[in-house]
Amino acid sequence: MHSTNYRAHAVEFHTMSILVDNEAGVLARVIGLFSGRGYNIESLTVAEIDAEEKLSKITIVTSGTRQVLDQIKAQLDRLVPVRSVSDLTENGDSVERELALVKVAGSGDKRVEALRIADIFRARAVDSTQDSFVFEIVGKTSKVDAFIRLMQPLGLVDVSRTGVAAIARGAEAMPCN
Amino acid sequence: MSSQPMSGAEIILTALKDQGVDVVFGYPGGVTLPIYDEIYKQNALRHILPRHEQGAMHAAEGYARSTGRPGVVLVTSGPGATNTVTGLTDAMMDSIPLVCLCGQVPTALIGNDAFQEADTTGITRHCTKHNYLVKDVGDLARVLHEAFYVATHGRPGPVVVDLPKDVITGFGAYMAPGKVHMKRYSPRTKGDKAGIEEALKILSKARKPLFYAGGGVINAGPEATQRLTELVRETGAPCTLTLMGLGAYPATDRQYVGMCGMHGTYEANMAMHDCDVMVNIGARFDDRVTGRLDAFAPNSRKIHVDIDPSSINKNVMVDVAIVGDAGLVLEDMLAIWKSRQYKLSDKALKDWWKQIDGWRSKRCLDYEQGDDGIKPQHAIQRVYELTRDRDVYVTTDVGQHQMWAAQYMLFDRPNRWMTSGGLGTMGYGLPAAMGAQIAHPDKLVVCVTSEMSFQMNLQELATIREHNLPVKILLCNNAFMGMVRQWQELFYENRYSQSFMERQPDFVSVAEAFGMTGLRADAPSEVDDAIRRMIETDGPVLLDMHVVKEENVFPMIPAGAAHNEMILGPADEEEADLAGGNGMVLA
Repeated sequence: MHSTNYRAHAVEFHTMSILVDNEAGVLARVIGLFSGRGYNIESLTVAEIDAEEKLSKITIVTSGTRQVLDQIKAQLDRLVPVRSVSDLTENGDSVERELALVKVAGSGDKRVEALRIADIFRARAVDSTQDSFVFEIVGKTSKVDAFIRLMQPLGLVDVSRTGVAAIARGAEAMPCN
Repeated sequence: MSSQPMSGAEIILTALKDQGVDVVFGYPGGVTLPIYDEIYKQNALRHILPRHEQGAMHAAEGYARSTGRPGVVLVTSGPGATNTVTGLTDAMMDSIPLVCLCGQVPTALIGNDAFQEADTTGITRHCTKHNYLVKDVGDLARVLHEAFYVATHGRPGPVVVDLPKDVITGFGAYMAPGKVHMKRYSPRTKGDKAGIEEALKILSKARKPLFYAGGGVINAGPEATQRLTELVRETGAPCTLTLMGLGAYPATDRQYVGMCGMHGTYEANMAMHDCDVMVNIGARFDDRVTGRLDAFAPNSRKIHVDIDPSSINKNVMVDVAIVGDAGLVLEDMLAIWKSRQYKLSDKALKDWWKQIDGWRSKRCLDYEQGDDGIKPQHAIQRVYELTRDRDVYVTTDVGQHQMWAAQYMLFDRPNRWMTSGGLGTMGYGLPAAMGAQIAHPDKLVVCVTSEMSFQMNLQELATIREHNLPVKILLCNNAFMGMVRQWQELFYENRYSQSFMERQPDFVSVAEAFGMTGLRADAPSEVDDAIRRMIETDGPVLLDMHVVKEENVFPMIPAGAAHNEMILGPADEEEADLAGGNGMVLA
């Protein structure tokens, strides 16, 4: 009776935006849900977005079949401090950005080449010594990945990434129950 | 706002009274002493002292399940709180509304490994619907009222409120329940009309319809069970119930085909397998019900009514999902079914019932009670038959006796059957009976248990004795962990590893040591007399019923098998070659 549709079994990556009350333990609750039920977290960011209303937004990139993704949304939705959940990938167009700080050490040609590639990627040098740079790069995850990959042979020593922050395109605010 | 500031302890007692709480199951300790001092000063709130915090939890569950009202527990910090974890998980799995208040070390000491400190909110986060750590006495009243709201609204469940000692002793304003705005948690209760219309259209065209109802109908209240009964009768379709749903539809009704699932009736499971439209109301397609998922009701369109959106499409993909309270959805279903003048095909229904009656004629629950030993089925069935004229509340422990009680005791009304379904907690039965008896002092409360489950919480005999609760305990004693032994027989070639206890305590002496009546029966001829004496003797009674040791629960769908691969009895069992099967694990 039920769909043998290949889509039902294919693993997809989705970005979910979760609006929560900024109270003690809320992040543990959300993360605990993922670990307790065996869901994946590819990336996670969280910060308060409204100090007056004490609201935080958590952005999670997760993966699973359609059934699992629907479950994740329903499970998140029934947590008491969760005000609303939006599957940005499902709901249409959204903007996703990630910031990375990339430390490259070296000298000579490699140092010049790193600077040149940073320029192409519009990465900014935010720290510099005679034999190192820290670049700041902002973009989609794929762009950040590509930049880091190119830095690898040029003396990459350290990376810090924020994880994905995402927002729906258009004039609408995320609903808040 | 109240004009006079109150102490945290006073706020707690006032909030409990304003929430309509009449009984608290609690165990005192260092940090909760100020609350106990307030309890000492008043009479409105009854306090029951169990002999272990786990006993308090299951007693509160028995109270909640038998009344429909939330059960309330009060424990101290550290070990008091950690001892509630099994009860919380049990209530979480079976959707039982509980509010559990835990003492905590003073806020200034939290995180310092203080005496009797445990990270209660951390530990219970996964086994509660929600939990709170109150850090400011000003928030206390609001949080307490919110806790009751969360426990009882939407899909019910346990809520923990962790109360540091300085919050209990601090002073703050009280706030009455009506003033609490719970805007952030508002579960949908009214079902979507379009979905209901679609569901009924599908149902009206069914040729082999089946209602499959669960604990959600009981949680929705007695009106919900009446509406279910009315709708089932209006359609003329058969109805099966889950373990948690027993009593949601009258078991003595002709349209009832018995419990479904692993040890459900042959007719219920075959009807599940063969139906063309399944209407699931308040059940969650649990693995013990569905058997092998890819063979579950393969030719059916499925309608699922559930108050919890996360239950939809979790295990089984359905064709129509209606999120809402079972009672409200059933009310709409009834109204629309009547107003649209829907009617199932007489011819189809007649054929379907003929098929079901064919399955019924296998008489899957028959057993033979010879002269040799007492069959446990017989003992349990006789308790049911000898108490039929009374309004009986039954609790069970976990294992074979639980399944036999579910099979041979018939419930025509909701809230009469208390069992640990989802978690399968041995030790649930005795304290649950205690809670049910406290809620219904004049009713007959029977605890069906076994010698092993009973020993997990037998300390509660002291509580039962202290309050002279007339709980009747039927202890089916086979000296085995019966269900473990059954699986070892079926799937591990009779290697009875750690499931046989050669030396059992003398349970009659145990009962007497606690100051209650102990009875014993060994022969089939003694069964009726012993049961009558158990029922008729005043006060608590324990009946140690020595039953046949190696009896199995049938029918049975082995784990990982399909409904139509059910084993009916010992004759079937030999053909099935179970030991060589795959996926035969107890979990």
